[in-house]
Amino acid sequence: MSLRPDLQIIFDWIPSGARILDLGSGDGTLLAALQKHDVTGYGLEIDNSQIAHCIESGINVIQADLDQGLPQFADQSFDYVILSQTLQAVKRPDFLLDEIIRVGKQAIIGFPNFGHWQCRLQLVFGGHMPISRTLPNRWYDSVNIHLCTIKDFENLCTDKQVHIQQRCIVDHAHQDSLGIKIAPNLFGEIALYQIKKSD
Amino acid sequence: MPDSIPANSVGLISPQTLHIETPITLECGQALPAYDLVFEAYGKLNQTASNAILICHALSGDHHVAGYHTMEDKKPGWWDNVIGPGKAIDTNHFFVVCLNNLGGCNGSTGPTSINPDTNTPYGPDFPIVTVNDWVKSQAILADNLNIQQWAAVVGGSLGGMQAMQWAISLPERLKHVLIIAATPKLSAQNIAFNEVARTAIKADPEFHEGYYASHDTLPRKGLGLARMLGHITYLSDEAMGEKFGRELRHDSINYGFDVEFQIESYLRYQSESFAEQFDANTYLLMTKALDYFDPASAFEGDFAQAVSKIQAKCLVISFTTDWRFSPERSQEIVNALLSENKEVTYAEIEATQGHDAFLLPISRYHDIFTAYMKKVASEVMPS
Repeated sequence: MSLRPDLQIIFDWIPSGARILDLGSGDGTLLAALQKHDVTGYGLEIDNSQIAHCIESGINVIQADLDQGLPQFADQSFDYVILSQTLQAVKRPDFLLDEIIRVGKQAIIGFPNFGHWQCRLQLVFGGHMPISRTLPNRWYDSVNIHLCTIKDFENLCTDKQVHIQQRCIVDHAHQDSLGIKIAPNLFGEIALYQIKKSD
Repeated sequence: MPDSIPANSVGLISPQTLHIETPITLECGQALPAYDLVFEAYGKLNQTASNAILICHALSGDHHVAGYHTMEDKKPGWWDNVIGPGKAIDTNHFFVVCLNNLGGCNGSTGPTSINPDTNTPYGPDFPIVTVNDWVKSQAILADNLNIQQWAAVVGGSLGGMQAMQWAISLPERLKHVLIIAATPKLSAQNIAFNEVARTAIKADPEFHEGYYASHDTLPRKGLGLARMLGHITYLSDEAMGEKFGRELRHDSINYGFDVEFQIESYLRYQSESFAEQFDANTYLLMTKALDYFDPASAFEGDFAQAVSKIQAKCLVISFTTDWRFSPERSQEIVNALLSENKEVTYAEIEATQGHDAFLLPISRYHDIFTAYMKKVASEVMPS
């Protein structure tokens, strides 16, 4: 079974044998795939309807609300904490980032880039909140309440003294391009970061 | 009464009795020289005895968990909606066992049984039994059924506490544990409710210090009141509102103290029928077993230390409107398991029915239950 492209990138970054915490684990696909490579850990998922799917995928899942932080987990208790496409949907992304780097020795965070040129054009010339392939909801019914750009996220990392170990900026098809290389915040649609607390 | 037995029922069932002559020493220090354990079993035990499931009952439950005793039965067993062919605990795959706990009043030795020393019912002289004692006696039943390891031990409420105690006390004897609508221990409020229930029973003039049997009577009022109180704690405000609201039995209010609201009528009916069926001394014992339950106490109060013994994989389920054992209490169990890196899955089911939700066929709850038991089945039947 092939993984969704952003999950494939995350999958490739995680070494076998790692202990992980997958925040917003959905139906458990990523953790289930990783478990075949001796990765262990838990998924956290707020949506009750996904719990049965997680069980079917064979993962341990804890129903929890990320807005409450991660008080159930001890400092540095996971090799990796993963947060894919969820940062923009929490009440306080900055608090969650604190929690992630407290609990994880390393973390992988992926989010849709609000600085993409199409978003910028829609706001500047259309005069309305952007709707795109990666952000399909309208402003009033969107779960994405804290959208950010690549620059915003990197600034937050600087403020929090979070060290960026690697990043991967791609388009909606998860392809790299010359444009993205030259101006990632303008041409990148999805950003993935591997981060850790600065030593 | 069923016109015909539904296809997904375990069918007509006869309880079985295991008579044990080896004395059992209870946690309170007293011993029973001999005792009976009444149980029911459904499905077939496989050759390696790897497909057995133990169901632990709650406060007023018994061994009759699924199917019918006769064609005249009004209702099937108390958890029939999860046990049977094709149901969450699928009897096509599993051998399911449920027993009446020691101290009960439905066949297993308890206060209504004859005390061999006096040739009269034990009554209040029946020793206090605890969750630990139940686990111990359930393990004796398992030995007698040649079940070395349960595929899963499953329970809700007080049953969930027994399941948890199994996983802590006899970790190698179960592969999975399902702890539903339970708590690591009772809160002061929980104990307070139990104490009001006990006070109601003991205050009934017909109680006779527990020797009501020799006075040929029953403390119906006291036990009924205890049940009324308990019943309120099993339901949520929402559930009661949905079911009864402020509906009156007659068109208008009467400015009197007779039953006027439907909820009053319901509670009175429930309490009266319960008081005829259940033994007051057993009710006292069961509430004490609840109050005493505290697996951390054997580990200097450290609950994480207690659950560190667990080898079974765990499924913990709570219900949003359960205020008797709220989701926060289940989360305490989950957090302790997480702190010990145990295999655990946790679900909090959106349900309006309060504590009682664990007994009800709520689709999302049953989806999770079914998915989990399928996983258990796939482990015991690798083909």
